[in-house]
Amino acid sequence: MAILESKGLSKSFGSKKALDGVDLKVEPGRIVGLLGPNGSGKTTLIKLANGLLVPSAGQILVNGLAPGVETKKIVSFLPERSCVPDWMSAGQLAGFYADFYGDFDRQAAENMMARLEIDTKAKIRHLSKGTREKLQLIMVMSRRAKLYLLDEPIGGVDPAARDYILDTIISNYNPTASVVISTHLISDVEKVLDDVIFINNGHIVLSAPADELREQQGKSVDQIFREVFKC
Amino acid sequence: MEWRFDGSAPIYTQIVDAVKLAIASGELAPGERLPGVREMALEAGVNPNTMQRALAELERQGLVFAQRTSGRFVTESDRTVARARREMAEETVQKFMEAMTRLGIDKEGIIKLLVAEKEEKNGDSGK
Repeated sequence: MAILESKGLSKSFGSKKALDGVDLKVEPGRIVGLLGPNGSGKTTLIKLANGLLVPSAGQILVNGLAPGVETKKIVSFLPERSCVPDWMSAGQLAGFYADFYGDFDRQAAENMMARLEIDTKAKIRHLSKGTREKLQLIMVMSRRAKLYLLDEPIGGVDPAARDYILDTIISNYNPTASVVISTHLISDVEKVLDDVIFINNGHIVLSAPADELREQQGKSVDQIFREVFKC
Repeated sequence: MEWRFDGSAPIYTQIVDAVKLAIASGELAPGERLPGVREMALEAGVNPNTMQRALAELERQGLVFAQRTSGRFVTESDRTVARARREMAEETVQKFMEAMTRLGIDKEGIIKLLVAEKEEKNGDSGK
């Protein structure tokens, strides 16, 4: 069964259609790139999958269920903007996640924090922006979830931190779980993707395995993206 | 092994070529044990599924073999290694010939250039 599936999914904000009749399927064990320019509907789609928004029409299913309490147990979400309580220390944050999520692997989180030499006693607000982003990713990837929804995980960080984030995603790979990464920084993520979904103006314009696209077109996903979304 | 990927071909075929080159050049010795899929994926910065697919293709070509419990190994067959080396050499020559043809240089011209290159090299080493 698909871990994430939508049928005729639409979402409107007033008269603006953020998503318009989206059909998609994400199978287990896949790392999927949700790729599109700013304002294409990426974040709306992820928020719908999380139950933070409700569809205007159509449906979205996580592991066969409409988003709700049961699906939140198996979905690990990294929002676009940092949402961790910054008055906590990194150590307290790990405890908070452990209390909140039954699938949180605290040992894994602590190992990752130790490897980055994050001071677990310092308040999060005193950490650098890059470290805060990495810390939040560590929390999200330390859950043994079935679906990881990462909204712009590499948006505001330097290239070394980007590599770290991508390595963390690869090393936490689990063949029964899926990862959806939304981004417009294609060249950075394309090596780690199994499948790509191009989204524009609320429509899916292309959905295919990344290597298949490269094979057919003799171009990188980044180049194909630039052509599809040429301004 | 150095991992660099370009946009011209699927990533898994580029991994196959890189490992093949390492085997043909002896960088990976016959019978050498390969790291696990996850470790190799992490080193190359690619998705584990992609690495898995590349290793399956290398197995199919007989360049590596899997042992149920202990992992994957480089082939021990000298003939397979020699064949890989020859295949890669032929591909390189083919690309070289295409580039030369595009430059409008015929076979005779190419041979002249190669001889001149060789003499230059010999001259250098004689200094």
